[in-house]
Amino acid sequence: MAADLSGIVITPPTRRAKAAGVYRKIKRLPILPLFVLGLVVVCGVFAPWIAPHDPESGDLRERNIPPAWSNGETKVKVVVERMTISERTTSVTLSDAREVDPNIQLGNNIEVFVRPAGSTKFLLGTDHLGRDVLSRVIYGARISILVSVVTLVVGGSIGVTMGLMAGWYGGIVDEFLMRLVDIKLAIPLILIALVLVITLGQSLWIIVTVLCLFIWPRFARQVRGEVLQLKNMDYVSLAKVSGASTARILFIHIFPGTINTLIVVATLQVGIVILLESTLSFLGAGVPPPTPAWGSMVADGRDKLAGGVWWISTFPGVAIMLTVMSLNWFGDWLRDTLDPRLRQLE
Amino acid sequence: MQKYLVRRFLLALVTLAAVSLIIFILSRVSGDPRHIYLDDYSTQEDWDRMGVVLGLDKPYYQQYGIFLKGALRGDFGESVREGRPVTEVVIERAPATLLLGAVSFSFSILIGVPLGILSAVKRGSLVDGFGKIVALIGQSAPPFWLGIMLMFFFAVKLGMVPPYGKQDWNSIILPAVTLGWYYAAANMRLVRSAMLDVLDSEYIKLARAKGVNSRTIIMKHAFRNALIPPLTFAGVTIGALVTGSLVVETVFAWPGLGRLAIEALFAFDYPLLQGVVITFTLLYVTAAFIVDVLYAYIDPRIRYA
Repeated sequence: MAADLSGIVITPPTRRAKAAGVYRKIKRLPILPLFVLGLVVVCGVFAPWIAPHDPESGDLRERNIPPAWSNGETKVKVVVERMTISERTTSVTLSDAREVDPNIQLGNNIEVFVRPAGSTKFLLGTDHLGRDVLSRVIYGARISILVSVVTLVVGGSIGVTMGLMAGWYGGIVDEFLMRLVDIKLAIPLILIALVLVITLGQSLWIIVTVLCLFIWPRFARQVRGEVLQLKNMDYVSLAKVSGASTARILFIHIFPGTINTLIVVATLQVGIVILLESTLSFLGAGVPPPTPAWGSMVADGRDKLAGGVWWISTFPGVAIMLTVMSLNWFGDWLRDTLDPRLRQLE
Repeated sequence: MQKYLVRRFLLALVTLAAVSLIIFILSRVSGDPRHIYLDDYSTQEDWDRMGVVLGLDKPYYQQYGIFLKGALRGDFGESVREGRPVTEVVIERAPATLLLGAVSFSFSILIGVPLGILSAVKRGSLVDGFGKIVALIGQSAPPFWLGIMLMFFFAVKLGMVPPYGKQDWNSIILPAVTLGWYYAAANMRLVRSAMLDVLDSEYIKLARAKGVNSRTIIMKHAFRNALIPPLTFAGVTIGALVTGSLVVETVFAWPGLGRLAIEALFAFDYPLLQGVVITFTLLYVTAAFIVDVLYAYIDPRIRYA
């Protein structure tokens, strides 16, 4: 029974409807995370041109300046001849007070800046050594990007190769490699990493090596699973029959089939690498100072919090959180787009 | 089932052996331990005698054998820094870490599971949105930073809880929340997606059609089956809580094993460090094994595989 369509008039979409269509398409893209990640990459690559100040040296006279929008903090203190340590918060010496107001007398009250107001010179304030926090956060993106790219390429390649081999050969090779993965999952790796870094010395390359140890099993497992499925495909048998070498089959015929999965895994792993790198930095086993890394900046500001100096720790932490959040978000989106099967996994 | 458990058990043993080997190699690579014990005034004779006492005059494989033999009996030598047997120091610090781990684990379950159920049942509602924010922060904020921020806000600004140390009962709140948040987030996501899957299945539809009230459907029919993924994750969680304690104990000056490990590390106190690492691994491996057993018990597909 055919439906009666005679009454329906098809009109071309109006301009407004077209715009709505475009909007719907854009809405599906993860704009916010892409923006944040783009910003991080631009900051990392062009840090010397973007950063307003030198990230590694500062003027001690300009230390602990709060962010631009905060007001200075003043307090009324009593002018005294000499003061004991316990009176330091309530009184000020005559000679200091005279610098502000030459006519001041002993016993008078005077309003003193406990903390200067923020200035637009340092948008996010300065740290305990007078270094610009904003510049350090911008430069910090460099370390994070460098570490994650190198780790991903090296650790990812190792994991992929292991996974390909385990999946293809099966048997003892598979058993051995997968037990290696299990062991990795069962040891407190961050502790081993700390021991490694402290023993062998702090350097970028040792950190990267340690992080590679962290991430390869995830790749290996995923690729192995894919290979197990792909190796029974007809086109693989065909390649085998036509005399292709094992290496050729693995890298030309099977590997491309795993790429979608790999992209998703890689995106989600970058977040983990950034978190781990910053954790190592925070614990004092990261890239050696004074190179700005987000984790060590958080550590720098830790003991200043009690004095109300909150900005040194806060901003680098926000940078880590936003980056990792964007990566997870973007990774989830990629997963849903490229490989919906993976949704079951995590 | 037995075969499966034996395999897991053997794996646990291999893991312990591997960790002990790594730790042993690292402690030897880092240089002669006599440099720590002896000062500039000691003679060559002292040096040699110390070598005999520590077993350094023997080849490496024998040294490892001696180390293993001691480790099996719970003897890791003496801590350089504390001048006491390592085992004594470790036992002294372990309860604090176990307490922190237990409270964090409970927190992650008590927050994560109900929130997961609610956001699956009331999908798209305010609760769901709230859950999403909790999950997003938990999975993205580095714990050390989260801890510092919580400390600044609740301890320094509001003065509601002590900022660090282990004094009153309320000093555990901030460390436990910091440590547990990530896992609460993970549990929430797992329970939510598992619940959504189950709620969509045929037998739930049948139950609804039969007129079973929705409370029974959610708690009896759906929730029980949605428990498997979070349970699997619990194994990882318990292990990772141990590692997470490294960071959180450092932030909050919590007197547990995590902080002990960091102290030993930066004091180059290798005997102590070896003891702590092995203890951590033991905790980790035991937790994973218990979960494996539980898992096999709950999911018959594994038992009979």
